Amino acid sequence: MGGGLLPGRETFLMSRSTAAPTTVFAARGITKVYHMGEVDVHALRGVDLDLFTGEFVVLLGPSGSGKSTLLNILGGLDVPSSGTVFYRDRRLTEFDDAALTRYRRDHVGFVFQFYNLIPSLTARENVALITEIARDPMNPVEALQMVDLGDRLDHFPAQMSGGEQQRVAIARAVAKRPDVLLCDEPTGALDVKTGVLVLEAIQRINRELGTTTAVITHNAVIADMADRVIHLSGGEVTGVDVNTRKRPAAELTW
Amino acid sequence: MLIAPLDRKMLRDLWHMRSLAAAISVVMGCGVALFLLSRSMLHSLELSQQSYYNRYNFADLFATVKRAPDSLIERIGELPGVAVAERRIVVPVNLSLPGMEAPASGRLISVPDAGRPRLNQLFLRKGRWLTPRSDDEVLASEAFVEANGLELGDRFSAIINGRMEELSIVGVVLSPEYIYEIKPGDLVPDNRHFGVFWMNEEALQMAYDMDGAFNDLSVRLMRSANPAEVIRRIDELTDPYGGLGAYDRMDQMSHHFVDNEIEQNRTMGLFAPSIFLGVSAFLLNVVMSRTINSQREQIAALKAFGYSNIEVGWHYIKFVLLIVAASLLVGIPAGAWFGWFVTGMYARLFHFPELVFRIYFSTILAAAGVSGAASVLGAMGSVMRAVRLPPAEAMRPEPPAGFGPTLMERLGLGHLVPPILLMIVRQLERRPVKTAFSTIAISLAVAVLVIGNFFQDSIDYMVDAQFNLVQRFDMSVSMADPVSDRAVYELASMPGVLHCEPTRAVSARLRAGPRSRRVAVRGLRPDSTLFGLVNMDGQEMELPRHGLLVSKKLAEVLRVGVGDWVQMEALVDKRPVRQVMIAATINDFAGLQAFMNIEELHRLMLEGPVITGAQMLVDPRQQDMLYRKLKETPEVSTVMVKQHTLDSFNRTIVKNLGVMKRINLVFACIIAAGVVYNSARISLAERSRELATLRVMGFTRQEISSILLGELAIVTLLAIPAGLALGKLFAAWMTAAFDQELFRFPLVVTHRTNAWAALVVMLASAVSGLIVRRNLDHLDLVAVLKSRE
Repeated sequence: MGGGLLPGRETFLMSRSTAAPTTVFAARGITKVYHMGEVDVHALRGVDLDLFTGEFVVLLGPSGSGKSTLLNILGGLDVPSSGTVFYRDRRLTEFDDAALTRYRRDHVGFVFQFYNLIPSLTARENVALITEIARDPMNPVEALQMVDLGDRLDHFPAQMSGGEQQRVAIARAVAKRPDVLLCDEPTGALDVKTGVLVLEAIQRINRELGTTTAVITHNAVIADMADRVIHLSGGEVTGVDVNTRKRPAAELTW
Repeated sequence: MLIAPLDRKMLRDLWHMRSLAAAISVVMGCGVALFLLSRSMLHSLELSQQSYYNRYNFADLFATVKRAPDSLIERIGELPGVAVAERRIVVPVNLSLPGMEAPASGRLISVPDAGRPRLNQLFLRKGRWLTPRSDDEVLASEAFVEANGLELGDRFSAIINGRMEELSIVGVVLSPEYIYEIKPGDLVPDNRHFGVFWMNEEALQMAYDMDGAFNDLSVRLMRSANPAEVIRRIDELTDPYGGLGAYDRMDQMSHHFVDNEIEQNRTMGLFAPSIFLGVSAFLLNVVMSRTINSQREQIAALKAFGYSNIEVGWHYIKFVLLIVAASLLVGIPAGAWFGWFVTGMYARLFHFPELVFRIYFSTILAAAGVSGAASVLGAMGSVMRAVRLPPAEAMRPEPPAGFGPTLMERLGLGHLVPPILLMIVRQLERRPVKTAFSTIAISLAVAVLVIGNFFQDSIDYMVDAQFNLVQRFDMSVSMADPVSDRAVYELASMPGVLHCEPTRAVSARLRAGPRSRRVAVRGLRPDSTLFGLVNMDGQEMELPRHGLLVSKKLAEVLRVGVGDWVQMEALVDKRPVRQVMIAATINDFAGLQAFMNIEELHRLMLEGPVITGAQMLVDPRQQDMLYRKLKETPEVSTVMVKQHTLDSFNRTIVKNLGVMKRINLVFACIIAAGVVYNSARISLAERSRELATLRVMGFTRQEISSILLGELAIVTLLAIPAGLALGKLFAAWMTAAFDQELFRFPLVVTHRTNAWAALVVMLASAVSGLIVRRNLDHLDLVAVLKSRE
């Protein structure tokens, strides 16, 4: 549980020669209980977690391990049943709905398993939808070029492959220059080849923009491209690994 | 970018569902059109009435006397509260028009030889004013001139005080007293056979031996006057001169009818648009909840990226408002067109110098406000769900629908039902609220169709009852003054008269506490066969041996019941004041009527056997001879030919009604088609994945369409009986809303109307079903199954 984290952090710190990285997220004792009719489902059973500036973290676990719930809580889409979450020095768990909206608008970029693009808007417009409300956005075209879709600007989601749609979703997520990029099974609906392309795009964002990135997956191969791998199972953190050598996404296969 | 991406999404979503949006816009457009029509018509009528009354000095009080000296008018003019009192001579005349055998009657009204009348001034439509001192020139009412195709300079004969005089029309005029120009005692104008004419006072004084005297007066009150008090004082003053009692505008026929019409517009202005706006709000609710359900994940994404609840809610509200805007685009021109149309209809009935239909910007704003509010209210539930949708939850697909055994299966009948029917029934049972709403919406369409025809049914019934059951005579005559009942024998011996029965009518004021009404109490013979006392439901009532039989409405107005006593103040002859018992009430169709045994009426009036009129059965072959004979009989002041009344009724009311009925029908079909099409499209959208799966598994097109269309068919069949019941209920409301002193509508809904409503809705269902079926045939199996919904 939480005990497993501190050594991990130390190892992580040791692996970097730079000055001490700042904490982006600090979660302590998070639980989440869903009431499904007469049954209570414990999605998270006391999770402690820290995420640091600029790092690439993979949350690895089987389905039902609570990783999506954890990501939703970090992203301000959901609130824990108990426990606290700090985003930098602000206590996220005390935010009301309007403050959470503000937080998502200003700091978080999301990538979903099923892309969640607006089918009635083109690639460019889907990105513009977000840059509209952001404080310091990129040009939508620039964002799409970053994911190699500069030539698909005016295509509607229905005219694109799954991989392309997911890359539009990534462009949409990063176009606002978020502080954190949260990806929920971004390759879950894709084949290996397109999945790798998507992961490359995410890795590039992390590398070039320095955006703190968390990817959840049940695919252990993807863990190889992370700085750290946090293992989740049954709603608890079961271990943290630090990769000494990050593999480029292009080398991955499954 | 000119249009924000979120607005683009809205526009494209809207375009995607354009046929649904258009269906809703058209239904709502009907509501807007009806709202504009009735509000603007109301405004237009009120304004025309008010400005006409003000500019042409319509009097506040009226009174008729037998014969009073000119000095009396000065005394009335000095009464407190009286601003202007004006005397004149008003006499009934029988007319003889070239080429018209049938008797026509009219009213001659005096105008001062010098100058114009101060009250009830005339509007000269064409021609010129009377030459002073001329005794053969008249100004004729426009209604009469038009109905008879007369021209300036045309001449006709009138029997003036027993002498046939040739009169020449020099001007065509309108009067605020005769906006609705009808013969006293009639309900519908017969402008061919009744007209109003204005003539120089001196000529009339000479002809009727009224030198220095008058028989009619009008009064304009001061603002501060107490009308009841002035009426009392006028009655006191006119009593010695055979005054018939002064009355205010409420008892002035033309004013009463115009006011009645204004009231009807007010009622319709609330009722009709509410139905259409209610239905469109319901449709919007269905469409929006469907749209929002299918966009759960898009909403989640928007929220995840920081769009606020207000922004998401506003996005969908804008969607609704665009549909409202489209409905205004449909409704405003439609309302203007209907207005133009209905103004034309009114022009047949009401004679204003000018009846201008204008749609004011403020009315349009009100229409936009009302339809916008109704729509937003309708969509609010779904929009609030979108707003409240927690983003994390929206990310997950909707949980699969829970199905259970249906009632049929629980009853152990499941094995009797083929699986496809089972699917249909389960689907309907699983979503009882939605099924109920679709049923209600379609039943509203049925109900609107029922109402559309109900007025026709009601009027047909009323006409049939009035002209066949109540008025069993062919012709009725009335006398200028009471005559001995021996006149009945004289009339009976005239050519063509097969049977003749006397009537005695007494103008009287009935009082119960502070409430009173002027009515004509009619004395009938208990064995009368030519006048039926028939209830709204067709039942014949017996004339009570003692006491009054009154219209149910009259009893309501006076707030009395059977067994109560009222004061009956006769306004003619010896003017006796009596206490009379209400012996029975009759639920009749029109007016405030009171009947009494003729013998008892004679006793109350302290008079012998006199009559004021007679009703006759006439041999049509000898009709013309009878007409001629009657024209030569000076005692007979007016002749009413039933067929003429019926013809005139058909020309005006029935014609107008026919137009309204067609408009209603179009509206009802729009509602029916809109609702049914909407239901079918939504079911298709909701179930395309399921249906595609079945296709993949090997079901034929025929089979899957029967699932979808079967659902529609069951809902339609459920809706029809409900709609017929609802239609009857609405009709009952309308009868209650139109329960007025002038007219009452019987609650009659014929089987034909019911069958018609059911048929139209079934047809609309079938057509919508076929359109949707075409979509079903083009179902792209792969695409439907791939998209995660």
